[in-house]
Amino acid sequence: MSLTTPKNGEIPERPVAKLTRKDFITDQEVRWCPGCGDYSILAQMQKVLPELGVPREKIVFVSGIGCSSRFPYYVNTYGFHSIHGRAPAVATGVKASNPDLMVWVITGDGDGLSIGGNHLIHAIRRNVDINIVLFNNRIYGLTKGQYSPTSEFGKKTKSSPFGTIESPLNPLDVALSAQATFVARSLDIDTNHLSQTLARAAQHKGTSFVEVYQNCNIFNDGAFDAFAEKKIRSDRMIAIEHGKPLVFGKDRNKGIRLNGLRPEVVDLGNSITEADLLVHDEKAPDKTLAYFLAHMEFPEFPVPMGVFYESSQPSYEVLLEQQIEAARRAKGHGDLDALLRAGDTWTVEA
Amino acid sequence: MTMTRTAEQPLTELEQVTIRFAGDSGDGIQLTGRQFTVTTAIIGNDLSTLPDFPAEIRAPAGSLPGVSGFQINFSSKDIRTPGDEPNVLVAYNPAALKVNIGDLVEGGYLIVNEDAFTSGNLDKAGYQSNPLEDGSLTRFRLIKVPLSTLTQNALASTGLGKKDTERCKNFFSLGMMYWLYDRPMEPTLEWIADKFSKNPQIAEANAMALKAGYNFADTTELFGQHFTVKKATLPPGFYRNVTGNEATALGFIAASRLSGLPLFYGSYPITPASDILHELSRHRNFGVKTFQAEDEIAAVAATIGAAYTGAIGLTGTSGPGVALKSEAIGLAVMTELPIIIANVQRGGPSTGLPTKTEQADLLQAMFGRNGECPVAIVAPATPGECFTMAVEAVRIALKHMVPVFYLSDGYLANGAEPWQVPAASDLPKIEVNFAKSIPEGSEKFMPYARDPQTLARPWAIPGTPGLEHRIGGLEKQDVTGNVSYDPHNHEHMIRTRAEKVERIALDIPDVEILGKPEGKLLVIAWGGTYGAVTSAVEQVQAQGKSVSAIHLRYLNPFPKNLGSILQRFEKVLVPEINMGQLRLLLRAKFLVDAIGLNQMQGKPFKISHIIKKINEVLG
Repeated sequence: MSLTTPKNGEIPERPVAKLTRKDFITDQEVRWCPGCGDYSILAQMQKVLPELGVPREKIVFVSGIGCSSRFPYYVNTYGFHSIHGRAPAVATGVKASNPDLMVWVITGDGDGLSIGGNHLIHAIRRNVDINIVLFNNRIYGLTKGQYSPTSEFGKKTKSSPFGTIESPLNPLDVALSAQATFVARSLDIDTNHLSQTLARAAQHKGTSFVEVYQNCNIFNDGAFDAFAEKKIRSDRMIAIEHGKPLVFGKDRNKGIRLNGLRPEVVDLGNSITEADLLVHDEKAPDKTLAYFLAHMEFPEFPVPMGVFYESSQPSYEVLLEQQIEAARRAKGHGDLDALLRAGDTWTVEA
Repeated sequence: MTMTRTAEQPLTELEQVTIRFAGDSGDGIQLTGRQFTVTTAIIGNDLSTLPDFPAEIRAPAGSLPGVSGFQINFSSKDIRTPGDEPNVLVAYNPAALKVNIGDLVEGGYLIVNEDAFTSGNLDKAGYQSNPLEDGSLTRFRLIKVPLSTLTQNALASTGLGKKDTERCKNFFSLGMMYWLYDRPMEPTLEWIADKFSKNPQIAEANAMALKAGYNFADTTELFGQHFTVKKATLPPGFYRNVTGNEATALGFIAASRLSGLPLFYGSYPITPASDILHELSRHRNFGVKTFQAEDEIAAVAATIGAAYTGAIGLTGTSGPGVALKSEAIGLAVMTELPIIIANVQRGGPSTGLPTKTEQADLLQAMFGRNGECPVAIVAPATPGECFTMAVEAVRIALKHMVPVFYLSDGYLANGAEPWQVPAASDLPKIEVNFAKSIPEGSEKFMPYARDPQTLARPWAIPGTPGLEHRIGGLEKQDVTGNVSYDPHNHEHMIRTRAEKVERIALDIPDVEILGKPEGKLLVIAWGGTYGAVTSAVEQVQAQGKSVSAIHLRYLNPFPKNLGSILQRFEKVLVPEINMGQLRLLLRAKFLVDAIGLNQMQGKPFKISHIIKKINEVLG
């Protein structure tokens, strides 16, 4: 009987060849509707992955059910298209079982916040080192147009012909309250911002939560147009950056200032300078600023994009491995005979 | 306390004794029962136990729902059940008397704590008059003991208050039972010293109470005689007292060692399966990763993730939890990943009887998912066998790349028996073959290419270069594993998944017959009814009647010789703690007109109950 540590097979190491975007494209035909925001997110992911220095075989994409959850079929890594809402739990098992893997969870507003809401908050709470990308299109697409838990109050959809009578969830609020250690938001059509945000999420140790505003051009077309359309975006969205004042506008002439306990939009000039503005601090430990920003909604405020909050906390799988190591230091590598022969024992002589 | 022995009292040898302790769940009944069990195991009797506790942690004191019981059957012969009826009932209060007196054999010892028979407690138990005085117990050998008073007197020198001394009365009664059945006090005295090492005053008090009870029984000639039960002639070897849940946990750890794969246990606390989680979570040094999930679904989903990654993926629960896991088990069937679902069955439906046993989840394991969704099913027969069948569940899952149900039950889980401990070196290795590279002659890795014998697909774990592939719950094209909506492929895959499970029959042992290979009656059992059914059949066989028995440890697929055995008997009887679930499967598969014996009272069968039915069927 071997007393060596059970290991996950013997995986031969190989030098990391320089990978390109093409290496992450599968032979499967992409079947999203033409014009879907998912294409852009896929393209940015395939652009970011080769830059991470992680070999393809050590990357796993896990998804649930919904349009976004077809994502793993199109990325040439290991992939698991699981069942509705359960991707964070499957991913937790993958990462806990083999901490060497880089694990991505692809989910949507219905998958992640409705049927899988429980798994999402608990995966985040445990701080498993996985990267959760939630495609938020504020609608159910795959089931053809019912309202979702992020649909705005009063929205008329196939299942709410008189308008919804439910308040929407704010995904970032959920993530922050669930003790997320990395919370960010980006936009499907802002490709540079999106790829940078995905790269940041990948680098974070612990659960990364990224909300991506994603247009469903069939069932909820233009959901974000009021602020995200390219021509007006710089006036109605604000890219937040760590250590920098909250300035926005095409002419960078507007900013966010704190008035008592509330943020307000101010015009720069006259007596107001950048020095009067809120400075973004994504590491602020009390998260107050992150909550301010997460609660800023159009039209009262520009909609923030970027990393809202990041903190460094030990991740679940690392703590689990540490417990195993500590137990082995204290008790040795587990002697099966000794384990079986413990308790109330006696010998019957021949 | 000093006592002088008056005279040596007669010591009578018995072959077998069944004792039941019963009282409030706060009376320490389970502890008392376990101490009696350990001592009995150490002196070498064969034994079997049946703990029986209420679902409420502390139901109101003295109430009928709050009664907790512990039965032990011990013998100088081979025994397989906790005993039909106790010969001795120790009742700590009127409620315990009321709930249990119906089971005590006529002429049996009835030992009661006289102090607890107050008008208040009598009311709570629904007694109109005091049964200790109204002559209703004359069929029994009633021994009235003022347990609380005696314990208090015995502990007067300790300076402990009444509340503390009251809590020692179970040790006083245990001491009495040790004298009555000629057991040594040392194992319990050692246990007390160890358990209460940080509280020497309590340790001292409990030890004094135990000795006082022993001496009280000896000097007062309360019983007039005492009894001894000789060592059983168990096969030589190293023995351990185990419960089914302990043996289950040990079996899965052993399977981890035998396969060289780490064990991942995803679970959500649920009675009566939680002890498996408790036991496994203690053994991090064996590389065991326990994951207490947010719910049953997350527990199985994480388990599937772990299996995908190359660990032994095990999830454990009871029936209500299995209901929640159903969709995910279907995912494991579709992705053909090896997971094990341990179901410690309890009374259902819904929340049902959480602390009581039942066998009513067989059809749930067999069919309880959407679509055609076959899984393998195994079931241990005894607490000790939980070890063997846990290893077997893992072996089948890994070799055949299939989810395996492991069906234990509350009776096996909490019951204890002597278990002959195997040497680790004697246990068979479990072979694991991860896919390492693209097979020669292929250009691409095919995740659903199949082993020609078993039809198992390759297990290619993340981290393996060149074998990157995608799996999921959508129907798969055979060989490539691509998503496929092709109608013929769908039917082909349904038949393939079924065939893959069927072929496990070639990889499991034939079922053995207890008795002659043909005859008038064949009794078929599965799971925890093994002991009662086997004992009943042996007793009827001893009367020269034509009855044989088989016990199924493999429920899906069935052993390949089962069909031919059935043909050789005129009648088939299937005793089950359900409405006839195995019987339904046997009738469907073999067109056999099987007769049922079905009992659903949260309790195991009595041997006598089965004997009666066998005789009735034999005519």
